[in-house]
Amino acid sequence: MLSSIGLKSAEDLFDSIPDDLLLRRQLNTPAALAETELLSRFDELGARNAGAERIKFLGGGAYSHYIPTVVDHILSRSEFFTAYTPYQPEISQGTLQAIFEFQTLVCQLTGMEVANASMYDGSTALAEAVLMAERVTRRSKVIASDSVHPQYLEVIKTYVQHAGIELQLVDFDRSTGQSAGALNDALDDKTAALVVQSPNFFGCIEDVQALADAAHSKGALLIVAITEAISLGLLKSPGACGADIVIAEGQSFGVPLSFGGPYVGLFATQEKYARQIPGRLVGEAYDKQGRRGFVLTLATREQHIRREKATSNICTNEGLIALAATVYLETLGKRGVQEVAYQSAQKAAYAAKEIGKLKGFSLPLSAPRFNEFVVRGPRPASELLARLATQSGIDGGIALSRFFSDRPNDFLVCVTEINTRQQIDSLVAGLAELSNK
Amino acid sequence: MTTAITKVTSHISPNEQLIFERSQHGRLGYRLAALDVEEQPLESIVPREFQRDDDLDGMPEVSEVDVIRHFVRMSTWNYSIDLGMYPLGSCTMKYNSRLNERVARIAGFANLHPLVEERDAQGALEVIYELQQHLAEITGLPGISLQPAAGAHGEMTGIMIIRAFLDSRDGEAGSKRRTMLIPDSAHGTNPASAHLSGFSVKTIRSTPEGLTDLDHLRELCAHGDVAGLMLTNPNTLGLFERNIKEICSIVHEAGGLVYMDGANMNALVGVARPGDMGVDVIHLNLHKTFSTPHGGGGPGCGPCCCSKELEPYLPVPKIIKVGEDYRLKFDEPKTIGRVKAFFGNYGMMLRALAYTLTHGNDGLREATEAAVLNARYIASGLTSDYDKPFDGSPMHEVVFTDKRQTRKGVHTLDIAKRLIDYGFHPMTIYFPLIVPGAMLIEPTESVGRQELDQFIAAMRAIATEAVEDPELVRNAPHNTRIGRLDEAAAARKPVLRWKPKHAASAG
Repeated sequence: MLSSIGLKSAEDLFDSIPDDLLLRRQLNTPAALAETELLSRFDELGARNAGAERIKFLGGGAYSHYIPTVVDHILSRSEFFTAYTPYQPEISQGTLQAIFEFQTLVCQLTGMEVANASMYDGSTALAEAVLMAERVTRRSKVIASDSVHPQYLEVIKTYVQHAGIELQLVDFDRSTGQSAGALNDALDDKTAALVVQSPNFFGCIEDVQALADAAHSKGALLIVAITEAISLGLLKSPGACGADIVIAEGQSFGVPLSFGGPYVGLFATQEKYARQIPGRLVGEAYDKQGRRGFVLTLATREQHIRREKATSNICTNEGLIALAATVYLETLGKRGVQEVAYQSAQKAAYAAKEIGKLKGFSLPLSAPRFNEFVVRGPRPASELLARLATQSGIDGGIALSRFFSDRPNDFLVCVTEINTRQQIDSLVAGLAELSNK
Repeated sequence: MTTAITKVTSHISPNEQLIFERSQHGRLGYRLAALDVEEQPLESIVPREFQRDDDLDGMPEVSEVDVIRHFVRMSTWNYSIDLGMYPLGSCTMKYNSRLNERVARIAGFANLHPLVEERDAQGALEVIYELQQHLAEITGLPGISLQPAAGAHGEMTGIMIIRAFLDSRDGEAGSKRRTMLIPDSAHGTNPASAHLSGFSVKTIRSTPEGLTDLDHLRELCAHGDVAGLMLTNPNTLGLFERNIKEICSIVHEAGGLVYMDGANMNALVGVARPGDMGVDVIHLNLHKTFSTPHGGGGPGCGPCCCSKELEPYLPVPKIIKVGEDYRLKFDEPKTIGRVKAFFGNYGMMLRALAYTLTHGNDGLREATEAAVLNARYIASGLTSDYDKPFDGSPMHEVVFTDKRQTRKGVHTLDIAKRLIDYGFHPMTIYFPLIVPGAMLIEPTESVGRQELDQFIAAMRAIATEAVEDPELVRNAPHNTRIGRLDEAAAARKPVLRWKPKHAASAG
């Protein structure tokens, strides 16, 4: 092949690179592994993740739910996972129709009018929502409850640091666990948006309706973040409560934990803001013969057309994970999503009731919760949880001291439909044993 | 419920409806284990006013086989790498190894929660650490964060690092340095990412040869306001910026830093390193160069690699090695902060590490050689029929235009659509913006000579058709499920979701 295009050696392929820039040695990376060698290497690495095998009561933005077998089967089809972004609609209708269904499902779940084709994850979707609120209102102050996931707040801080947006955090009520009246005091006519999470990081369900009313009374938008998307099967949708932008982490919809990613950000808003949405949108379109198809649309918002004036810099999003969520939601259907949510809430309530009875343990927050709750133990939570893991093989929760130095003994427990009663009882027994020592 | 029987065409799949149109009341596609705890009255858990009262109206009710048929039929409407060559310029659509997919599904990774204690995730952290080492070696830039989720996200991270470095170096005076220079051939994400970091953009011209105009660069650097330059190398015309060292020193002398868009790293891996060229920071696309699947539009992973000097500004947490242990390091006072929850798109890191390990050091270079050879082969095969606007030797991709075909009223879009009839995915079209009617072709290393010859033959046949039967080309594609869609009408009155019939007519 080289000679057919007039070259003598592979070196000639790089004749446009100046000599002094050519790497004259081999890369200092390992020599090639065979398939068998590679698999045993990764099996060995995987085996050194003790956390993967344990019974889990871990949430905090990533959840263990049942994943129907069909989800991975569909994702593994070449036609979906080895396709590019659907820029050529005539040969991308499979991807495009799936995204259209995804957008519809996100609207139905959140109670909103339009949704985009996905964002990287919940945290970046929330940061983009804050930037969008500034564009819509042309106001520069954003108020967030500090009951929002601490890592999400960190991501917002990073995104707004050069955007001329002032981010103000307001304390939540330390006894109920809900975002409190202090938020109302912070709202003023310079406020672009109020940011809350429900259920919030501590598992407490917020009074979204009241927060929407408070924000709207000052002309601000209400942005609602959801990390446990399955809660939408039971809780009133943010749209029905008056939210203006709803973002969610979609990992609960059929996506493995996979050490934090890839997940998928859901982003929904009202129709009047459709042209301010970041990211891709798929819309219905027709060909000359009147056949229905789907295309990427309203592209004039996007970076490849508007460049620095685009609504966002996002290009590649989370297409395949959005497909996973779509397959999951369609397989479970409305009844399944409701049942998963109902079972999760019931099992969490059972666990909370049993743990609350233990000597030395209490549930410090009084607000209603969905499937996560804060437990206050008799000694530092990190130490307690480490011993529980060793003795019982259970990851009993997330020590909140990792995020908040003033909560040494608190930990966040999450229960979902896949936790059996036996597992919950083992957790309770394990905690009881530790409280006696 | 069904209103009318729809006649199928050649096969049932062309008529696959939306799932919502297939839904039937009461159908189920799942079964959960029965609830095994004592139920409490729901109101005692969640007060009624917080409960959903719309019964998830409109959500589908279908069986498992309905779901399988639905998606399998839809899948047949997609083109994919596994079907054939996917020559999208600057997108690097290479083969996605099944072995890497298997690795990503190993239970020890797939079931690992991101908030476990670091002692319980040592294997997972080692994967991140080792991939960082490989990418540092490949780019010649030692500071790495794998947190960004895609190329544009990595760009934003890199530009924020530049901003933080300049603000720290220059103090108050840094506020005058707010201009980012970007060539007119750049990806649209570059200016959008610069804007997110509070920079205004000035555009650098390209020379008639298709390279950065050094005189214009010097002129723009003379004002004292330049924070940096964002450059793609090889650039989006597929040409190596042979003056890269001089470009970097001009920007450095003007007090700015050089950001390299690594979208085109598939031309360089194992051959030349951005760190040796004077570049300060770069992002990579694991979903391009390192073969993680593009998934119909993601997930990606856009690692940010930088010089030692910029390392303190990288996002947190950093993944470091202390003795034999892998640790998360949060205490970095100069960090730009976190750009994403948890650690980034971890599943992509597993696949990318599997890619570097199965290729080995020699295989990584061989892949680069094959990618460049294939592009050169196409360049040589199409020159007789298509206008090639730049004479320079292309690297891994080559740009042609529709200049000769427009005489007959056949344009780039028509050529792209006609290529579909020949069984190929079209190339990137109308990009870069500075080339009228651009067709940017990147074959990657994942095609052999036979398929390259078929592609060249198809393109040449289209060139002939453009002369002899331009209507045929203008009305292409002819063999797809649907014809060209009216995108203008779709944008005028956007329909972005399905609605039930009663709601649709009411609204």
